Amino acid sequence: MTLSRLFHDTLSMLKGMKVTILYLTRPSRVVTQQYPENRETLKFPERFRGQVVMPHDEKGEHTCTACTLCEKACPNGTISILTTKNIASKRVLGEFIYRFSTCTLCNLCIEACPFDAIRMGHGFEMAAYKRDELDYVLNKKEGR
Amino acid sequence: MIAYSANHPVGDFIRANLPAPLAALANGALSVVVLMVLVVVVAILLVWLERKVCARFQARLGPTRVGPFGLLQPIADSLKLLLKENIKPRAVDTLAYFLAPLLPITGSFLVLAVMPFDHNLQVADPQAGMVYIAAVSGMGILGILIGGWGSNNKYSLLGSMRAGAQLFSYELSMVLCMLLVVMASGTGSLREIVLSQQGTVRDWWIFKLPGAGALAFVLYLISSTAELNRGPLDLSEAESELAGGFHTEYSGMGFSMFFLAEFVNMFASAGLGATFFLGGFLAPQFGIGPLDHILAFIPGFIWFFAKTGALIFMYMWFRWTFPRLRIDHLLSLEWKFLLPVSMANLLLAATLVTLGWILP
Repeated sequence: MTLSRLFHDTLSMLKGMKVTILYLTRPSRVVTQQYPENRETLKFPERFRGQVVMPHDEKGEHTCTACTLCEKACPNGTISILTTKNIASKRVLGEFIYRFSTCTLCNLCIEACPFDAIRMGHGFEMAAYKRDELDYVLNKKEGR
Repeated sequence: MIAYSANHPVGDFIRANLPAPLAALANGALSVVVLMVLVVVVAILLVWLERKVCARFQARLGPTRVGPFGLLQPIADSLKLLLKENIKPRAVDTLAYFLAPLLPITGSFLVLAVMPFDHNLQVADPQAGMVYIAAVSGMGILGILIGGWGSNNKYSLLGSMRAGAQLFSYELSMVLCMLLVVMASGTGSLREIVLSQQGTVRDWWIFKLPGAGALAFVLYLISSTAELNRGPLDLSEAESELAGGFHTEYSGMGFSMFFLAEFVNMFASAGLGATFFLGGFLAPQFGIGPLDHILAFIPGFIWFFAKTGALIFMYMWFRWTFPRLRIDHLLSLEWKFLLPVSMANLLLAATLVTLGWILP
């Protein structure tokens, strides 16, 4: 009993040592990126959270319907949705205002969106000299 | 087998040209200076190596900015430590607080004094070298205990009490493993122990005593890891539980002395492991003519440092692979497992030696 446990424990310790030595002997597994030097080749993980962006398709259209779920989901009041009316007097998105200065990149607005109209971008080096330079209008044109 | 002189040419030169008392003084001063340089260089290299190896075990890069491959990083660190203020908290016991950082480094320094680096590179070679090592390595424990008590801080005290319990228990099985080699080689002098392993690789004590030597080597690795206060057995520091343990209150030079001692101790411990089990400064011989000649041509101290380096790498490997033990698990591992096993191993080795079943 004790002997078999000893054998099993030793084996599992050796397994752990094998895992770490494989990390040591394979330089390709190093995840550190030497940032200022490799700015051009910087690779981001898929779920990296930069600022909120609104993807537009090739015709320049977005899928936002101005339902304001994201505005309600935001704990900081970072998002303001200004609506307008189109020619059929239907309520559509006028301006999607996103204030990066108060955003905590919490991802709640993305989860709230039922149309996948917004997502987390991979932006970095976002610093600005004035706070209002961090206010963005995400949509390029009004919704239809 | 070529007979090597135990005296270094420089020492002989000084003895030949100075009157006896002066020569002894000059040789002593010279060896102390050499050892001090060795301590500093080894500590700086090991700090760098530890950070690099640790980083690569965790799929990081480690220091890369200061100097090529971050080689100058430990120098920058030690400059920072030198310039920092040595803060003395109000409630500490002044004498104990300032005495404690000096003791561990003194202990490891004294161990290095009997370390056989090469045939003629050994400061002193007492007949009871192994007893001397067991005695002076206790000074490190004393420093940690005094430091924890003198800091007047509950975390320091807890850490040092843990260290006391841990080091006193693990010293037993470590000394028993050394004793096994002393018994098999029939001498306590470190130089003689190395010379008793002459011949091929099979004559090293790790292989020469069938089974018992390898087991003793493994036990030595485990117990010396505990003795060094290194992970996974670094209960006395335990950053996550005790905020640094015995050196919580130390800053600047006090802290750097503990830090230095930790790395020099690791070097000394790995060096002792190489001396006792891996043939010390002897070149590995495989019984293949030309290869043996090439290997024997490489000077002994390089072999010593290579073997020591391999053992140091083992220590780092352990540290960055295994999680930390709990204090009661640690003590029951020693008292219920390592100590009985090392005693039985000693008995086994004694039987082997008596029956003459040592590999030729």
